[in-house]
Amino acid sequence: MSVTVRIPTILRTYTGGQAEVAAEGTTLGEVIQDLEKNHTGIAARVLDDQGKLRRFVNVYVNDDDVRFEQGLETATPDGAGVSIIPAVAGG
Amino acid sequence: MRKMRRKGLASMAVQTVASTTDSAAANSVDLGPAAALSCRECGHRVPLGPVFACEECFGPLEIAYDFSAHDTEELRKRIEAGPANIWRYAPLLPVPADVATKPNLNPGWTKLVQADNLARELGVDAGKLFVKDDSGNPTHSFKDRVVAQAIEAARAFGFTTLSCSSTGNLAGAVGAAAARAGFRSCVFIPHDLEQGKVVMAAVYGGELVGIEGNYDDVNRFCSELIGDPAGEGWGFVNVNLRPYYAEGSKTLAYEICEQLGWRLPDQLVIPIASGSQLTKIDKGLRELIGLGLVEDRPYKIFGAQAEGCSPVSTAYKAGHDVVRPQKPDTIAKSLAIGNPADGPYVLDIARRTGGAVEDVDDGRIVEAIKLLARTEGIFAETAGGVTVGVTRKLLESGALDPSLTTVVLNTGDGLKTLDAVAGTGLTATIRPSLESFREAGLV
Repeated sequence: MSVTVRIPTILRTYTGGQAEVAAEGTTLGEVIQDLEKNHTGIAARVLDDQGKLRRFVNVYVNDDDVRFEQGLETATPDGAGVSIIPAVAGG
Repeated sequence: MRKMRRKGLASMAVQTVASTTDSAAANSVDLGPAAALSCRECGHRVPLGPVFACEECFGPLEIAYDFSAHDTEELRKRIEAGPANIWRYAPLLPVPADVATKPNLNPGWTKLVQADNLARELGVDAGKLFVKDDSGNPTHSFKDRVVAQAIEAARAFGFTTLSCSSTGNLAGAVGAAAARAGFRSCVFIPHDLEQGKVVMAAVYGGELVGIEGNYDDVNRFCSELIGDPAGEGWGFVNVNLRPYYAEGSKTLAYEICEQLGWRLPDQLVIPIASGSQLTKIDKGLRELIGLGLVEDRPYKIFGAQAEGCSPVSTAYKAGHDVVRPQKPDTIAKSLAIGNPADGPYVLDIARRTGGAVEDVDDGRIVEAIKLLARTEGIFAETAGGVTVGVTRKLLESGALDPSLTTVVLNTGDGLKTLDAVAGTGLTATIRPSLESFREAGLV
């Protein structure tokens, strides 16, 4: 399954400045693993030492916050858009 | 020329993130005692710039200060001789020393009302209950305090457009401040906000965009816009200027203590939306202690949410240290943030200080709005109904001590949320005659 991942500004040093990159995977966890293959170091910024999403990272698959879905097990259908966004905004 | 400067400074944001060493460009920014940005999670430091999330761990960046030059008594005298607005505290804020001379709404120094009538109703000892009434700010909510900081940061970083995601109050505060300071504004709100807040945001002439979704959807949109060329050169007060913006809430702590005679309150009841205000009030209190301006003694901080959007209260009661997002459904729309950015820190502070986080349902919020109006002549917006309602609940449960000095925050004006008390109206309609007046049973 091929998806498009929107990369926040603070992670673009890992993607050569690209705001969007393609990745493969049937779940969010697999997509992050695939990102790591092509953009070494990015997974450790998104995941904590236990391999869970960091608490100040929001991830959306299409329009759905994965915390309302199955977290890293959330399905990523072919053509889906994945957005990684710092959570410390707003208020 | 202006456009080039704006682009150059905007790109500085990216450089700042990419570099962990101080740059001459960043350090040339004059924001008074603000020395750097520091990650609240991991302590990673970066130079001052329009950035908000840590490049290492995504944690929130906040201002690190250099207060070493302050002599306590000189500082106290300087503050007391300062203007009757937040700039009396300029030496403790991320603003240039001459901030009071710049075009700004100059908010703050709002009333701290000794609420003896409310105290009697709630069973609090006389002289112990106070309402910090921030409806007296220029756009009638506490948001003027935070926007005033963001405006100065926006000036320092060369932005010419101000933006934000808003539940309503902030949209008005940004619109007004931008108008006064000569910025363009383009702000984003949920499309179904209270009419009063929509009008108050639109009247200042900036662009106001309704997003089909709730606040969290609006916030997500803004966070994506900021990383897109469409948002280049924009200062989002509560996104890329958030470290500066959030510091404005410290002024609530400063004012409360100064108005109490340079004394800490024993207990504070503070509304929670993102949780930023509560965390910064705590920061302000700790700064005053550190500077020797108040005596170092314990205080308790209580957070207040609406039951229909209570992710922090739910986490507190469950003993969790992480906050699971909720889909908001409450009349308290200014607090309807289902995914509160500072939620984990609110939990830490409530537990560290011996306070708590509680919530009340919409019915109790309306009752509390009317109670505050009836007893103290203060017409609060729904967020004020939440804090007064939670205060009552905490007193009933024994969590709040009625013998201690307690400050309850009202953060906005009831005229903005008239729908919440829409059933309130005429006592009677009569003919213009004494007979009719008597017949109505009003004599």
